[in-house]
Amino acid sequence: MVWYEIDPFARFFDSWREFDRIKKLMRDISSTSEKEFPLINIWAGNDIAVVMTEIPGVDYKDVDISVLNNTLTIRGARQPEKIEEGESYHRRERWHGQFARTIELPFNIESEKVEARFIKGVLYISLPRAEADKPKKVSIKSE
Amino acid sequence: MATAIKDVQKKETSIPERGERTRQRRIYTPSVDIIEKKDEIIVIADMPGVDEKSVDITLEKNVLTIYGKVEIDFAENYKLRYSEFGIGDYERVFTLSDEVDREHIHATVKNGVLKIILPKAESVKTKKIPIKAE
Repeated sequence: MVWYEIDPFARFFDSWREFDRIKKLMRDISSTSEKEFPLINIWAGNDIAVVMTEIPGVDYKDVDISVLNNTLTIRGARQPEKIEEGESYHRRERWHGQFARTIELPFNIESEKVEARFIKGVLYISLPRAEADKPKKVSIKSE
Repeated sequence: MATAIKDVQKKETSIPERGERTRQRRIYTPSVDIIEKKDEIIVIADMPGVDEKSVDITLEKNVLTIYGKVEIDFAENYKLRYSEFGIGDYERVFTLSDEVDREHIHATVKNGVLKIILPKAESVKTKKIPIKAE
C-alpha cells in the first residue's frame, strides 16, 4: 500500500519525502484519536530544519526543549487566567494546561547547535543536521 | 498529554466580518476569553505573531474590532516542508453594551496575547444604597 508513492525517477533518497509519507500514514491511523498539540510547521533549509509552533502567552521559562538523535521534544504549560471571587468568565475559548510534543526529523540533530527563539508568542527551534550524518562525497583516484 | 485543551485547531474566518476584502490574505479567528470583573471587562485574545505595532483596535459606535497583521519572513532558501497550521491575519468583532466607558479602553500585547481592558462606566457600577434608620 505504500509503494505507489515511490517515484522511480525521483532522486535516489529524499529524506523529507520519506518524512511526509510517514506523517501521512500516521495521520491516517490516528485520525480519530487525540489531537496532537501544539501544532507545528517545519521549514527546511540546507542541512537545517526550523520547527515553528504557536504557544502564545507561555512564559519561555516554562518551556522545555530536548533533543536526542533525530527526535525533538517540546514540553510546556500555560496557566489559566486567575479569577477571584465575584469575577466570572463570559467566554472561555483559550487553551490551558500542559502540553508535550515529540517530533522525529528525517536526520540526526547536532544537539550542541540547536537554537530556540521565542518571538511574539511563536517558538522557533532551529535544528542543524549532525555533521556525522551528512552525506560524504567520495573522490575516486585514478591510477 | 494536554489536560484541559478543548479545540486547538486554528479557525479560519468563514464569512468575512466586514464584507469583501481587498487583500488576498487568510484571516483567522483568535480564541478569546472574556472575564467580567467588578469594575472592568477583560478581553484576552491569542494572536501569535502579533505585537503592539501590528494590531489595530477600532471602536465605531458600539462595534469593537480587533485586527492583527502577521508577517513571517523566512530566508529565501527555506521551504515549508510540513504544515499543520496556517499563517494569516486575525480578526474578530465584538459588540459592546452601553456599560463600557469608551474613553478609557486600553490594551496591551505580550507574547502574542492581546489583552483589552474595558472599564465599566460609572453609572452602571453597582451602587450600594445605604439605608438610614429612622
